[in-house]
Amino acid sequence: MMASSYNAKDEDGNITVSGPGGGALRSKKPENTAFKQQRLPAWQPILTAGTVLPAFFGIGLFFIPIGIGLYVTSNNIKELEIDYTGSDMSSPCFNCSQSFSWNSTKPCTCTIPFHLDQPYDSNVFMYYGLSNFYQNHRRYVKSRDDSQLNGDSGSLMKPSKECEPYAYFEKKPIAPCGAIANSMFNDTLELFYNNPNGTKVKIPLTSTGIAWWTDKHVKFRNPGGSNPNFTAVFQGTAKPVNWRRPVYELDSDPENNGFINEDFIVWMRTAALPTFRKLYRIIQKKDDLLPTLPRGSYTLEVVYNYPVRSFEGRKRMILSTISWMGGKNPFLGIAYITVGSVCFFLGVILLIIHHKYGNRSNSADISS
Amino acid sequence: MLRRLNRLLGGDERRVDSRTIYVGRQPGSTNEAFIPPKFCDNRIVSSKYTVWNFLPKNLFEQFRRIANFYFLIIFLVQVIVDTPTSPVTSGLPLFFVITVTAIKQGYEDWLRHKADYEVNKYRVTVLEDGRRISKESEKIKVGDVVEVVEDETFPCDLILLQSSRDDGTCFVTTASLDGESNHKTHYTVPDIEKDLEMLCATIECEQPQPDLYKFVGRMQIYRNNQESVVRSLGPENLLLKGATLKNTKKICGVAVYTGMETKMALNYQGKSQKRSAVEKSINAFLLVYLCILLSKALVCTTLKYVWQSKPGQDEPWYNEKTPREKETNLYLKMFTDFLSFMVLFNFIIPVSMYVTVEMQKFLGSLFITWDKDFFDPEIKEGALVNTSDLNEELGQVEYVFTDKTGTLTQNNMEFIECCIDGFQYTYRDTASELDGFCVTDGPVSKLPQKASTEREELFLRALCLCHTVQVKEPTEQDQGQGGGLLDQVDGLGVDGEVLQPPQEEKGFIASSPDEIALVKGAVRYGFTFLGLENKVMKILNRNKDVEMYELLHVLNFDPVRRRMSVIVRSRSGDTLLFCKGADASIFPRVRQEEVERIRMHVDRNAKEGYRTLCVAYKYLSAEEYAQADAGLREARLALQDREEKLMAVYNQVETGMSLIGATAVEDRLQEEAAETMESLQGAGIKIWVLTGDKMETAKSTCYACRLFQRNTELLELTVRTLEDGRMRREARLHELLIEYHKKAVQDVPPGVTRSWCSDSQDYGFIIDGASLSMVLNCSHESNSSLYKNLFLQICQNCTAVLCCRMAPLQKAQIVKMVKNSKGSPITLSIGDGANDVSMILEAHVGIGIKGKEGRQAVRNSDYAIPKLKHLKKLLLAHGHLYYVRIAHLVQYFFYKNLCFILPQFLYQFFCGYSQQPLYDAAYLTMYNICFTSMPILAYSLLEQHICIDVLLENATLYRAIAKNAMLRWGPFIKWTLQGVFHGLVFFFGVRYLFSNPALQNNGQVFGNWSYGTIVFTVLVFTVTLKLALDTRHWTWLNHFVIWGSLAFYVVFSFFWGGIIWPFLSQQRLCSVFAKMLSSLSVWLVIILLILLSLLPEILLVVFRNPFAPRPRQAAAAVTPLSYKHLKEHE
Repeated sequence: MMASSYNAKDEDGNITVSGPGGGALRSKKPENTAFKQQRLPAWQPILTAGTVLPAFFGIGLFFIPIGIGLYVTSNNIKELEIDYTGSDMSSPCFNCSQSFSWNSTKPCTCTIPFHLDQPYDSNVFMYYGLSNFYQNHRRYVKSRDDSQLNGDSGSLMKPSKECEPYAYFEKKPIAPCGAIANSMFNDTLELFYNNPNGTKVKIPLTSTGIAWWTDKHVKFRNPGGSNPNFTAVFQGTAKPVNWRRPVYELDSDPENNGFINEDFIVWMRTAALPTFRKLYRIIQKKDDLLPTLPRGSYTLEVVYNYPVRSFEGRKRMILSTISWMGGKNPFLGIAYITVGSVCFFLGVILLIIHHKYGNRSNSADISS
Repeated sequence: MLRRLNRLLGGDERRVDSRTIYVGRQPGSTNEAFIPPKFCDNRIVSSKYTVWNFLPKNLFEQFRRIANFYFLIIFLVQVIVDTPTSPVTSGLPLFFVITVTAIKQGYEDWLRHKADYEVNKYRVTVLEDGRRISKESEKIKVGDVVEVVEDETFPCDLILLQSSRDDGTCFVTTASLDGESNHKTHYTVPDIEKDLEMLCATIECEQPQPDLYKFVGRMQIYRNNQESVVRSLGPENLLLKGATLKNTKKICGVAVYTGMETKMALNYQGKSQKRSAVEKSINAFLLVYLCILLSKALVCTTLKYVWQSKPGQDEPWYNEKTPREKETNLYLKMFTDFLSFMVLFNFIIPVSMYVTVEMQKFLGSLFITWDKDFFDPEIKEGALVNTSDLNEELGQVEYVFTDKTGTLTQNNMEFIECCIDGFQYTYRDTASELDGFCVTDGPVSKLPQKASTEREELFLRALCLCHTVQVKEPTEQDQGQGGGLLDQVDGLGVDGEVLQPPQEEKGFIASSPDEIALVKGAVRYGFTFLGLENKVMKILNRNKDVEMYELLHVLNFDPVRRRMSVIVRSRSGDTLLFCKGADASIFPRVRQEEVERIRMHVDRNAKEGYRTLCVAYKYLSAEEYAQADAGLREARLALQDREEKLMAVYNQVETGMSLIGATAVEDRLQEEAAETMESLQGAGIKIWVLTGDKMETAKSTCYACRLFQRNTELLELTVRTLEDGRMRREARLHELLIEYHKKAVQDVPPGVTRSWCSDSQDYGFIIDGASLSMVLNCSHESNSSLYKNLFLQICQNCTAVLCCRMAPLQKAQIVKMVKNSKGSPITLSIGDGANDVSMILEAHVGIGIKGKEGRQAVRNSDYAIPKLKHLKKLLLAHGHLYYVRIAHLVQYFFYKNLCFILPQFLYQFFCGYSQQPLYDAAYLTMYNICFTSMPILAYSLLEQHICIDVLLENATLYRAIAKNAMLRWGPFIKWTLQGVFHGLVFFFGVRYLFSNPALQNNGQVFGNWSYGTIVFTVLVFTVTLKLALDTRHWTWLNHFVIWGSLAFYVVFSFFWGGIIWPFLSQQRLCSVFAKMLSSLSVWLVIILLILLSLLPEILLVVFRNPFAPRPRQAAAAVTPLSYKHLKEHE
C-alpha cells in the first residue's frame, strides 16, 4: 500500500487539495462575524456551591411535601387482592384448576367469600391480575395484526405472518389472529354482596370505560364499517383456537362487540412485566350517601376458564379505589421523600463546607 | 510495498553499487551484442486504484476499519437471522457512510490519476540520432538526451551536458525540492563536444539514493580517434527532477535516474492516512464496548436457556412456537439467539457516532479557516485546512519540530555591520529598506575612528570577490549586452517577479542569502560587484573604476570546514586568496595577534543573534599557487574519496592567512517568533529545530528565539566535537553520548524528568546531520539501538534540541524516531519549504507555512498558516478547544448509548430473555440520529470551557489536557459508571412505578410500550440535560439546539402516536405518549428520575469546584450566571 511513496500532487501546482475551505476561501479575508470568530455572546454559568445550595434546599423543600402527599394518597387508597388460582388444596378453586381442559363444555365455577373491613367510597375498580405470565415475550408481543384489528378487510382474510402459528385454523384465517388474542383472559368474575339479612346482591359491574379511549375509537375497528351484521362481516374466518365463541359474540352490545370489545382491547395492550393487572370492571358509585362497596362480606364467583398452572402462574382479583395518581403505589411517595431528604441533607452539608471553604478562600485571598 | 521493501533490503547487498549508462552511439558498433541494462521508466504512479479494482479494493479498505466491519456484521446478522429490529435500521446508515467515503476517495484518486497523467504525458524534447523528437515524459529512458528550456522543470534527473550559456553553466531553483528559492549554478561536464549528436560516452554513477546533495560518478567520453577522456561528475553536474531551469535558454542533459528512482521521488513519502490519537482512543473504547456488548449477549443467552429449562417457561400454552422454530436445532437456535441479542444491544456502538465525529471535525475545521487572526494581510490569505481529521491532535502536541529558515526566520538577510581591523562600521539606512539598497555613497561610518583606507578597501574587495554570487541577467534584454550589467546592479533590472525576494530585483543570485547580503553590504560602502565573465570578476570601486580579477579557483563552502575561499589574480599579477568563514574555523588559520581585536566584535555580534563571518586573505606566491593549483586539479578528478582529498588540499591552502575583518548579517526572525516559542515551551511542548542550515547560524537563531537561554548548557554532538583527532569517530561518539547522557539524564533527580518542573540546569542539545546518521546507522548492530536510546533520552531531557545540516529525509527520520519512542508522543512538524515536506508528512500533525518558498509544504501539510506566530493560537486555543470538545463528544456518545441500552438489557430479565425491545423501533433508530445528536454536535463545535483569550494568555493550561488526559481510562470509567447509574435509575425507577400499572385516575393500565416510552423520555431528557450541565458556553445556538431537540422529541412523539401509520405493521405507540402525559404519576416519576440521575453530576461539579479550583476559575473572570458579552475585537 505504501509502495506508491510518491505523490503526484507534488508535481502539479494546479491541484487544489480537497479539504474544507480549499480554494474558495483563499485570498479572501475571513468574515469578522461573531459566529465565525467563535465570539458569540454566551452565557457562562458555573455551578458552585453558592449557586447550587438554594437549588438543593429548594428541591428538598419541594420534594418532601410532594412525597408526603403522594405517600398519604397512596395509603388512603383501599385495595383488596384475592388470589383465586386454586393451587392449594384448601382453595375453593382447587378443583376447577385441577380439572381443566380446553374443550370441556361445562364451565367450572368456584366461589370465594371475602370480607371488606372498610367501606369503599368512590368508584371501585376491579382488576384481574396474572403472575408469571409473559405478555411481554417477544414472540407474543409481535403476534398480532394491527391492521386486521383496525378493520382492514384484506388483513381480515389474510392475517399477517407475524400471527403464526395462530394465523390460520383449518385453512381459514383466524380473526383476531395471533397469540395475544388467542390467549385472551376468559374467566368471568362476578361480585355478590352478602347482605346481613342473608340475601346475595349481585353488584353491577360496568364493562365499558376500561380501555383507552383512543384504542377503542382509533386503533381498534370492526371490519365492514358500521355494518351491524357481524356474522356476515366475519364470514369465512375462524375463531381463535382457544376461544369458546367467535369474536363477534363477545358482547351483546354492538358498541362493545367484535374487535372493539373493551375486554379484548384491554387484553391486547400487552403488559410491561410478567406480573401485571388489567382493568376488568368498574363498580360505579351510584349514591353520594352510600359507599360503593359497604363494609361487609362478599362473594366472588369465578367461572374458571383460564389455565395458569401449566406455567406456574397465579390469578388474582383486585378491588381498588383510585386517586389522582392512579392505583396504590407507595413507591413514588417514598422515592420523593427520600430524594427530597437527600437533597436537603446535601444542602446542609454543602452549606457547612461552603461556609468553611469560604472562610478559607477569603483568608487565602488576603494572604496572596 | 515491494518497492519499498526492495529499497530497504536491497540497496547495499542486492544491487551493484553503480549503474552504467550509455550515451549516444555505442562505442564501436562492432562490439559484441550489447545488452542495455534495465532501468525503470519515467512513469510516476501515485494513484491507488484503477477503474477495475476500485470497488473491491475500496470496499476492502473501508471494511478494514473496525467500526465499519462491525456494522457490516450487524447488518448481515439482521438480514439473515430473525432479529428484533429490522435490517434497515443499521443498513441504511452504513450504506450512507460507505458510499460517501467511497465517493470521496474515488474523487481524490481521480485527481491523482489526472495529476499523474499530466506529469507522465508532459511533452519533452529528446535528442535521438541527431533529431529532436517530442516525447511523452513517461517514455524517457535512462541514457536519453533531454532538452529543457527555461522555466521548465526537469522531467528526470539529468547530467548537464550542454547549456546555452557561454560559460557552460545553468541556473536552477530547487524551491520545490529543498525549499531554497535562490538560484543555484550547475556546470556542464567539461570537454563535451558542441555537437551532442557525435557524443559517445558512458556514465558510471552510484545507484539512486535520496540524498539530494550527494552524487558521485564519472563520465567516460569516447572520441573517434582519441583516447577516451574521463571526467568526474559531482552534484554540480546533476540536475534534479523537480527543479526548474532559470535564466538559461535551454540545456541538454542525459537522463541518469528516471521515474520512481529520481532523487525527488525517493525523497517523498506517501501521504499516508494520519489518524489522530483520539481515534485510537475511540477504537480502544470501542473494544471495551464490544466486550460489554458480547458479554451482555452472552449473559442473556445463557440465562435464557437456564430459564427455559424450567418446564412451562419456554413454550407456555399461550405462546406457542411456529413449527419452523420448533424444528430448529438447539445449538443453532442458541447461536441465533446470541446474534439476536447482539443486534438488540448493538445500538451501544452507534454508527452515528462516526458520522457525528466526522461532521464535528469537518465543521470544526471551518472555524480554523474562518479565524481572522490567521489572516495575513501581506499574502492576503488565512489558514488552510487540508485534513480535518487532526483538529484535536493540535491540543495534544508534545514535540514541535520546526524548520529554521523561513519558519523561525524570515530568510531575509540583511547586512548589519562589519568590523575592519577592529573598527566597527555600522550601516544604518534612514530611508526605507528598499531605497536603502540604492545608496551607493561613500562609507557611512558612525565611529570616529576608522581603519586605514587600504585595509578598508581590501576588506571590501574581499567581500566583493569571495563568494559565488551571480549577477542576474534580465531575461528580456539581450544577453550579449555587457554594458547592461551596470544598470541592473543599480537596481534597474526589474523583471516583474514580484514574489522574489528583494535581492532578486537587485540582480544578485546566489546559493546562500548571506553572500548576497555581504555583496550588497559592499555596495553600500562603494564596491560593486559587476559580475563574472569568462572567469573574470569585475568590481566597480569607489572611484568608479572597474577592477578586473581573474578567478582561478573557488574553494567551495562545506559544513565541516565552514569557510570558503577564492583564489584570484589581480591585474597587477598578484595571486590572492580570500577566505571567509565562521570565526572558529578562521581564527586558527590566521596570525594570532590579529585575532583578539576582531574576536570581541564577533562575540558581541553573535550574542545579538547575528550571523557572523570573518574575512581573511593571503598573498600566494607563484610556487604556492602552482602547488595549490596542481593539488586542486588532482583532487577534483579523483573518483575515490574525492571529498576527503579536496578537503585536505583546501585545508592546506587555507593557512597562514591574515585576518581583515568580520561581518554581521541579520536573519530576521519571524514576527513574534520568540514569544511563540516561549509560550509553546510554557505549554510544555518541546521544541526541536531541524534545519539544513549551518550550526552557528541555527544556534544564533535559537538564542534569538529564546529556545536556548543564556544559562542553557549546550551539549554538542557534531562533526566538530567528534573530530577530536585522538580517537576514531565512533569511539568518540560513544564517549560523548555516555557523557551527555550522564549529564542530562542521570544527574536529574529522579522523578523530575520534565525540565520545566525543576529549576536545575537547562540543557540544549545540538546535533548535525552527519553525526545523526552515525547515531542512527551505527555499524555495530548492538550499539545502534543503544545509541539511539541514549540519544533519545538525552534529547527528551533537554529543553530544546537543535539539529542542523539535516537532509529532508533525515528530518523525517528524527520525527519518526521521536514519534515511535516510549509513550509515543504526539509530534508536530512545521515548515515552509519543500525540504520540510517529508517531516511534515511524517509527524502526527504537519503544518505548512505559506511562506515565500513555493507551495510544497502547504500542499502536503495538514494545516497551513501564513506565519509562525499563528501556531500559538492554533495549538493553545484551537487545539485545546478541539481536544476538549472531541474528547467530550466521544465520552458523551459512549455514555449516552450505554444508558440507552442498559435498560433494554435489564428488560430482558423481565421478558423471559426473549429479545423484546424496550423501546419502539422509531425511538431506537432516532435516538442517536435526531433526539440526542444535535446538542452534542453543537456543543462540540461551540464549547469554550475556557475562553480563547484566557487560553492564549495562560499557556500552562495546555498541560492540563496533555497526554490525552480526557480520554484515558480514568475519565472513561467515570463516564461509564455514570452511564450505568443512569441506566439503572431509568429502568428500576419505572419498574417500581409499574408494580402497579394503573397509573391514571380512571383506573386504566399502561402496557409495555408505555413502559418503554417513559424510560425513553426520562433518558432523552436526562442525557440532554446532562450535556446542558456540562456546557460552559451557552450561545443562542446551544439554547436553540438543546431545547429544540427536547421539543422535537415531544412533538415527534405526539405525532408518531397520533396517527395510524399505514406503512407500519404494528401501531405500537398509538397514543401512548399522549396517554402517558395524561398521567400525573408519570410526570412525577419523570421529574424525579431526571433529577435523581443528575444529582451526582451536580454534586461532582460542585464538590470539585471549591476544593480544586481549576485554572479557569482563577483565570477567567466570569461572573457566574450572567450573560457575558465578549467584546468584538477589531
